Order: sequence, then C-alpha cells, then structure tokens
Amino acid sequence: MQAYVIRRLLALIPTLIFASLIVFVSMRLIPGDVIDMMLAQNDISTAQDRDAIEAALGLNKPVFMQYFDWIYGVVQGDLGHSLWRNTPVTEQLAESMPITFELGFLALIVALTVALPIGVYSAIRQDTTGDYVTRSFSLLMLAIPGFWLGTLVMVFPSVWWRWSPEIEYVGFFEDPVRNLTHMIVPAILLGLAMSAVTMRMTRTMMLEVMRQDYIRTARAKGLSERMLVVRHGLRNSLIPVVTLIGLQAPLLIGGAVIFEQIFVVPGMGLLLLEAVSQRDYPVISGVFLVVGFGVLLINLLVDLSYGWLDPKVRHQ
Amino acid sequence: MSEPLLRVEDLCVSFRTDSGIVRAVDCVSLHVNQGETLAIVGESGSGKSVTALSIMGLVGDSGKINQGRILFDGVDLVALRESAMRKIRGNRIAMIFQEPMSSLNPVLTIGKQVAEPIWLHRKKSWTQAYAEAAELLAKVRIPDARSRLDDYPHHFSGGMRQRVMIAMALACQPKLIIADEPTTALDVTVQAQILALLKDLTRETNAALILITHDLGVVARYADRVAVMYGGRIAETASAADLYANPRHPYTVGLMRSIPSLTSDAGSRLYAIRGQPPDLANLPTGCAFAPRCEWAKDICLRSPPSL
Repeated sequence: MQAYVIRRLLALIPTLIFASLIVFVSMRLIPGDVIDMMLAQNDISTAQDRDAIEAALGLNKPVFMQYFDWIYGVVQGDLGHSLWRNTPVTEQLAESMPITFELGFLALIVALTVALPIGVYSAIRQDTTGDYVTRSFSLLMLAIPGFWLGTLVMVFPSVWWRWSPEIEYVGFFEDPVRNLTHMIVPAILLGLAMSAVTMRMTRTMMLEVMRQDYIRTARAKGLSERMLVVRHGLRNSLIPVVTLIGLQAPLLIGGAVIFEQIFVVPGMGLLLLEAVSQRDYPVISGVFLVVGFGVLLINLLVDLSYGWLDPKVRHQ
Repeated sequence: MSEPLLRVEDLCVSFRTDSGIVRAVDCVSLHVNQGETLAIVGESGSGKSVTALSIMGLVGDSGKINQGRILFDGVDLVALRESAMRKIRGNRIAMIFQEPMSSLNPVLTIGKQVAEPIWLHRKKSWTQAYAEAAELLAKVRIPDARSRLDDYPHHFSGGMRQRVMIAMALACQPKLIIADEPTTALDVTVQAQILALLKDLTRETNAALILITHDLGVVARYADRVAVMYGGRIAETASAADLYANPRHPYTVGLMRSIPSLTSDAGSRLYAIRGQPPDLANLPTGCAFAPRCEWAKDICLRSPPSL
C-alpha cells in the first residue's frame, strides 16, 4: 500500500514536467508579450527601454534557458516572482489557493448532497414523475453555461428584490459566517453544474446494481427496500461514481476561474485570469503547477478509494 | 393427515413482456408437508422458478399473481401485506438461488451476509449474530469457519459460495427452504456434496424442502414427492418411487426415456422429445404438450385430458 502510494506520487513528476512545459511554451506563443503591455501602460516605447526591461525581467534569455531557470527554482520551492508586482509567486499562491480549495470543497459537497440522493431516488422510482422531473433538472443544469447562470444570479435579484450576492471577500477564519454567505452562491452554482453528470451516473449505476442477483438474495432475506438500497446497493454503485468525480476535478478548476471572476472571489482562478491577461508568466506557470498537482492528487485519492469501496481491488 | 405446511391452490401468475402478457404459471396446485422434500421438475420456462418466487412474494414489478392462494402454516401469503411478508422471507421461508457466483454481495463480508438475517429477524446484536454465523458456516462444513467471517465472496469457490448461501438460508431455522436449481452452476463432483448437505441439514431441522431441478437423477435420490411441470402447469404429481415405476403423463414418460442408461446398447440413439417447449405467450388451447405428444388425439387439442 505504502509502496503503491509512493510509486504513484513519483509518477506525478514526469506528468507535471510535461504539463509545465506545455504551459511555459504556449504562454509565450500568445501574441502581445508582457513587455509590450508594460510599455503601453507607461507610454514609453523606445528600443532601449524594451531591452532594459527585458533584461531586468530575465526575458532576454532563450526560452529553454528560462524554463531551466524556472525548474531549478521550482525544485528549491521557489516559483519565481510576479513580473508586475514583484512579489513571490509562492506568496500569491499561498493566499489564493486555500480560497479556491474552499470553493471547490463547498461545490463538491453541494454536488454530492444533490447528486447522490436524487440519483438513488430517481433510480428506485424509475419512470415516475419524480424521476422525470429530477432527470430534466439535471439535463438543464448540464446544458446551462455557468457564466450565464452566474451573471443572471448576480444581476436579476438586485433588480427585482434589491438583493445581490455578497462580493466583498472576508477570510474564513476572520468571519466564517460572512465568508460562507459570500462563497455559498458560487459554490452552489459550481456544485449544481457538477451534480448533473454525477446524478445521472448514480441513477444508471443504481438501476444496474438493483437488477443484480445479490439484491434478489438480500430481498429474499426479508430486508426492506431502504436497507436494500443503503446497505446492498449504494456501495456497489459508487465505484464508477467516484471515478467520475475524479474526472470532474479539472472541471471544478475551470468553473472556479469563471465563478471567481463573477463573484469576485480572490482565489487561484481570479489570479490566473489576471495573470493571463497581463502575461505574467511566472504566476501562470505557478498556478498551473499547483492545479496540475491538485488534479493528479485527486485522481490518486480516487484510485485509493477503490480499495475501500471494492474489496477485490484491496487484495490485489 | 394433518394440514400440509404449504398448500398452493390454483395459482396463476402472469408477466408483462414486450410480446404481451405471458402466463408463466397457470392454475398450479401443490402442497408440501412438514419435513418433506418436494421436487419440482421441468424444462426451462415451465414455470417452476416463478412458482418458487411467488411463494417468496418476489415475482417483481412486471409479474402479477392473478388468482390462487398460497397457504403457509394456514396464512394466505398472496393476501399478506408487503411488510408482513418481509417478516416471513428469510425467516420462516428461505430461498437458495441458482447462481452462487453472483448471488452474494461482492462488497460485504461473508460474516455480515450470513449474520444479516439473524440480526434482522431474531433481533440479535451484530456480535451475537456473527457468533451464530460462524456456527452456521461450520455446520455447512466450511473449514476454519470463524476465520472466514471477514472474507469476501471472491475468496470462495462456487461450491463454497453455495454452502454460504445454504448457511444464510438456514440462519433463522426456516420451516421451508426453496432451492432453485442449487447445483446447476456447480461442478458435477460438488453437486452431490451440496445436495447431500442440504438434505442432511433440512432433515436435522425438520424443515420442508422444495427442490427445483431439471435433473431426474437428483429427483430419484433426494425427493420424497415430485411435481412435474410443463408449460406453466403441473403435468403430474406423484411420490418419487411411483413416478419412476409408473409415469402417467406422456411428458414424464418422455423425460424418463431421455435419460441415458448404462445398459443401453453402445451407438444407439438417445431418445428426445420431438418439437420445442411451448411459447408461453401463445399457449395452445388444449393440452400444452399435445403438439409434441406421441399419444395425442384430436380431443387433446381442444381440452387437456385428465389422467
């Protein structure tokens, strides 16, 4: 078990290197580099200025040298400095990462509390009105783009009821209540988007499992339908559902970028968006490194959870 | 003679399928006395499994008991509410299924699955139920039973799993055990062991056994009485000895002649009943067996002859 985890963690390294390489190169291929922007902002445009800034930021070296410099720093825990603010990237990440993590975690809780019970309900009440309603709802959530729904939630309540979601961020440990009232709306929207697929998967798997012979055996023991579902059905149907949740992890990050922007949540998504529009290379690379690591870690956790869910996996 | 433990009267069960309503069981009457072994014999689709599932109240959503009574210990199970039926299932009537490989829950330990009915019906604590489960596993001759409580089904072979199923069925000392082709999916060598075990244990607890099978060899060896089913109906009922000595229904005669014999000449062709089993969605009006029967007369096509 321990050896397995260590092996899996080591396997993350090549993946992360490859991902960082792609991000590093592709960022520099986007038209309009950071120097152009700085020059435009400061209304100076001579060639000397350009060279001076380039040299100061270390961007005059060949790209692969820049990459090796960056990797050299990463190994030592230094992700470089923001080109604009000159603050260490690690510092910016340390501030924004917990916020995004909180948003993702809340969204996941929302997604699961919606998806699992509704998925199970929909399966055991197959082809009833309740089933159709919940399935239509999930399709709707799947079809509606998050940015559109987010904007609606931001705009319409303020027009109709003079209420709008909180947009001033307060740290969780400063004032948990205010923090949660701020976070809950984006978390619900993000969670609902995630819940759609999860719910459908739960329903499908539950239907499949409830047809199995061992459910008939359990029924022949005299168990009630509720016990059949909870004790004999649910765990068997959870394995693919958990896989799906792992696969949705990148979606969660993508969603976070949009919702953090709309609801002014100063997390990694907002940081990334700013960094991309300003071509702040080290910040972008840093965010992607953390996101990549996070996604891979979630998938590792998913793989490990199979051992808990499926005894056959445990013993192999 | 006193009232039998189980009396099925005029039971009719139909299923909704894509090709219309199928009468899987058509006016079946049978009875089982306490401590007796009744074999129900017939080919696939003859309605034997559906009869068993009806007794358990497990015909499912697509099936429907149209008429008839199932009297168990004087109580009509057909009229019973689901909640009351649950108290009987696994407690006073238990069932063993055909597929030991898929009939156990893969994510629950053997101990938990065997202890479950004891916990449920006898209202014992899990600890106590586990202790009884260990005894049950020892009783079905699973070696080292206590240490195997925490194992999962995939650690067991097919024969061992069927033993677990038997242990589970015996958990609450039921009055009636229904075994639906319990050995069909097993090795021939294991089949005899399992059936002998089942017979021993039911004798020990004086439980009645309904043994569903298509194997006439099994019937001869283990059954007291036999009901032969064909096309959803009972073709004939007899004591096992009588059935072999003097089969009355042409279908039974055909079945008997289809058994390969050690004394028959080498190279001689094995007898087979001609034709196909009837389509239950489309049963003939007369005797269901008439189209395949060697002795069929015109009247058989209009109404089933009495034997």
